[in-house]
Amino acid sequence: MTGADVLLLALGAVAVGAGVLVVATKHLVRAGLYLVVCLGALAGDYLVLTAELVAWVQVLIYVGAVVVLLLFAVMLTRAPIGASDDLDRPGWPAALIGGGAGLGLAVLLVDAFRWSRVELPAAGTAERLGEQVFRAWVLPFEVLSVLLLAALVGAIVLSRPDIGRRPDATSGGPDRNAATPAPGAVAGAVDEGGRG
Amino acid sequence: MRPVIPYLTAAFLFGLGVYGVLRRRNAVLVLMAVELMLNAVNLVLVTADTTARAVLPHGGQVFALFVIVLAAAEIGVGLAIVLQLYRMRASVAVDEVPLAEPPAPVLAAGPGARAATAHGGVGVDGPGTDAGAADRTEESR
Repeated sequence: MTGADVLLLALGAVAVGAGVLVVATKHLVRAGLYLVVCLGALAGDYLVLTAELVAWVQVLIYVGAVVVLLLFAVMLTRAPIGASDDLDRPGWPAALIGGGAGLGLAVLLVDAFRWSRVELPAAGTAERLGEQVFRAWVLPFEVLSVLLLAALVGAIVLSRPDIGRRPDATSGGPDRNAATPAPGAVAGAVDEGGRG
Repeated sequence: MRPVIPYLTAAFLFGLGVYGVLRRRNAVLVLMAVELMLNAVNLVLVTADTTARAVLPHGGQVFALFVIVLAAAEIGVGLAIVLQLYRMRASVAVDEVPLAEPPAPVLAAGPGARAATAHGGVGVDGPGTDAGAADRTEESR
């Protein structure tokens, strides 16, 4: 066990523990904050594994942007502040499939790697990764920029209900009133329709 | 460095993500569990970059960067869908989302479409005659 192993074990334990809390906590906001801990521990893992640029991009994009977006969504959907009891479905199939996937992958990887040892390669600094991205991987890089543009346009179209509506559908699809109608109103409407 | 340690971390994180996606009812929590799965894959990619000697150096880390970009795009579109769902239904519980559309001609039946849709959804009467009745009701008012 070298120092890198000890660091990897500690950071991995933090990441898995925070992941357990993300999927098990009853507080919506705390789930987002535990996700920050989990992603931060993973960024530390990347640093130990000599992936410098990936670690900082992880901190910038995941911890900085994605988690903030998720917390915004939690707030915008009027999440309760305290603990809420209706967050979970009855979870035996979920535990079975999730545990099966995790333990199956773990057994597979332990069987493949045993207790073998590798030397850490040269660090993946921004210079080395930039050379690779802009030489060997430049076509996927450009395709990703198109994908980001498509996602941007898609998010805008989704969040604006006046785009793409059929001209004859004036009520604009099923809204809250259509979802939970007052039964008296419907019966009255049908009665009056029969008279008219 | 023993590569089995980060690989095991990634395997457990992926299992936790699968469990969270299947267990949670709140759509935002489902998206958080999806993030856990994506991060497990990223950890596998970065670890494989240190263990495998490829022709192109640092291919795993470049792929991890690409996956991070994909995750950012996914979370943007996913949250747009979740917020639209909340606007329409006032709830983000994924097991309350109706998978079947209401009958299409009732939806396109003009001003009385709302009452007719609700009535057709309950299933008391045939949707075809009902739409016409509700339509006349709206006009008589």
